[in-house]
Amino acid sequence: MEGNGQGPVVEVRDLVKRYRKAKTNAVDGVSFEVRRGEVFGLLGPNGAGKTTTVGILTTRVRRTGGMASVSGVDVGADPVRARSLVAVVPQRNNLDRSLSIRQNLLFHAAYHGVPAAERARRASALLEEFGLADRADDKPDMFSGGQAQRVMVARALMHAPEVLFLDEPTTGLDPAARLFVWDRVRDLEARGVTIVLTTHDMDEAAELADRVGIMDHGRLLALDTPAALTRGLPGRTTLEVAVALDGAPSDGLLDELGRLAGVERVEPVASPGALRARLYLTGDAPQLVAPVAAVVAGHRAQLTDVTIGTPSLEDVFIALTGRALR
Amino acid sequence: MSTTTSPSPSPSAATGARRAGAGPARAFLAVLWRDLYVTGRELPVFLAQVVLQPLFLLFVFGKVLTDLGFAQPGYTRVLFPGILALTAFVTGLQSTAFPLVIDFSFTKEIEDRLLAPLPVGMVAVEKVVFASLRALLASLVMLPVGVWILGSIPWHAGAAPLFVTVLLLGCLVGSCLGMIMGTAVPPNRINVMFALILTPLLFTGASQYPWKSLDHLPWFQVVTALNPLTYVSEGMRAAMVPEVPHIQPWVSVLVLVVTITVTLAIGIRLFLRRAVD
Repeated sequence: MEGNGQGPVVEVRDLVKRYRKAKTNAVDGVSFEVRRGEVFGLLGPNGAGKTTTVGILTTRVRRTGGMASVSGVDVGADPVRARSLVAVVPQRNNLDRSLSIRQNLLFHAAYHGVPAAERARRASALLEEFGLADRADDKPDMFSGGQAQRVMVARALMHAPEVLFLDEPTTGLDPAARLFVWDRVRDLEARGVTIVLTTHDMDEAAELADRVGIMDHGRLLALDTPAALTRGLPGRTTLEVAVALDGAPSDGLLDELGRLAGVERVEPVASPGALRARLYLTGDAPQLVAPVAAVVAGHRAQLTDVTIGTPSLEDVFIALTGRALR
Repeated sequence: MSTTTSPSPSPSAATGARRAGAGPARAFLAVLWRDLYVTGRELPVFLAQVVLQPLFLLFVFGKVLTDLGFAQPGYTRVLFPGILALTAFVTGLQSTAFPLVIDFSFTKEIEDRLLAPLPVGMVAVEKVVFASLRALLASLVMLPVGVWILGSIPWHAGAAPLFVTVLLLGCLVGSCLGMIMGTAVPPNRINVMFALILTPLLFTGASQYPWKSLDHLPWFQVVTALNPLTYVSEGMRAAMVPEVPHIQPWVSVLVLVVTITVTLAIGIRLFLRRAVD
């Protein structure tokens, strides 16, 4: 069944890829589904298998085992049909340097059988939308990384794909270009385009993706919304408090804070002229603010600052793998 | 920066048009059109690139050496068909080998076409068709160039069928060999490989001498018999100057057809290896 609006648009089951001469699987039994209209993030360090997974889904890599389909089309069995359903924005600039920007868009659509009049209309609209209209007749070799990125996204949209794959869309871009790409991704999502993006940037995954799959060593370790992934990480939510002592003795204050229900442990933070401490919590931070204030008041000191630290996807990754992202 | 979103294609709107219009044949033609379009725009550069070498060969060997008396006047009749064969063969070879090495190893420009809705093997076939068209154009340009440098070129009634057959086969065999080179040679070896492969191919292809005349140099005759270009040169002579002793045309045509079949099959295999991991 193809593109019926219901069900997942991307389906991956027990996917395995072992490259020629490799000793281990680059992708090692990965399963996930991407819903229509969703932004799906694959997060992990370099070499985790994200790009290989995307390569299989976009027919550039032949799978060793398992199943992968887009809109019900098995990408391994019918790669020609699958290619009309997907579009790829690669990490590297692969624009056609012999053609102008507009021609890059037009020829791409021609390869995909879009009629000539429709090609021209779409190219003009996309060039306008991506702020490229005034450079439409320039050759791509003079473009910066961010500009080339924009052209490649516009090119990918020319044949109106069912799923847009963005491979490390902001790696190597300056902050402004990065924000531009983020904005475009949100626009595309609002327009109903299904997006699969790979990234090794926690913030990017948290910022853009509706759901995130965390990959390492070819395996999918966790898959959920960023909020759900960070929730249920005990001891990862923190409450940082600053206390003005006004001569009051600090003896016992930290110990007493550490004994509060919901506090796992307390660590003093070096801070001149004031007492600062970070409380590692097992539960939600806001509920502990009042008890903490009460303890501080009991010591005749004053609470001057409270900061809630929520766990990041980085913490999730560390909890899953025991190490930081490479 | 304006961010109007309304005129852009929505995923569902164009689906119908795409399904109806897409097709491997159509994609193939679009990919071929891209290559022809780019070549057409750079036509003078392209012609200078491919015609200059045969032009100088023709001028020095056919004009200068004969005028100075180092070569017999009849030599131009032997030389011209050989140079024509060389032009077809080498232009075909370079038109697949160089772009493929650059595409696969450096620019990755070909990726957009590998993601077009047609079998990847057909992208390889397109490269051969396109390179052969370039080779054909370069060879045809050599006809007026030959008249201009030599005063006349050998021709006779009834030459056309074999001439056209051998010319097309010559373009194809060069393009197929170029595909093997372009996909098999690692990028860091490209300079060395071209020097080690292309130069011997140029001089062992019976372009500058008839193969039968090598009877006194048997080891070299064997070496040249291994070069497909020899059969293009000999086929050209059979068509244009049948009075010069040559390899039987049916042998030349047969060898070329077999070579094209085998090299194309190998070339597509190697292309697929580079294109799909």
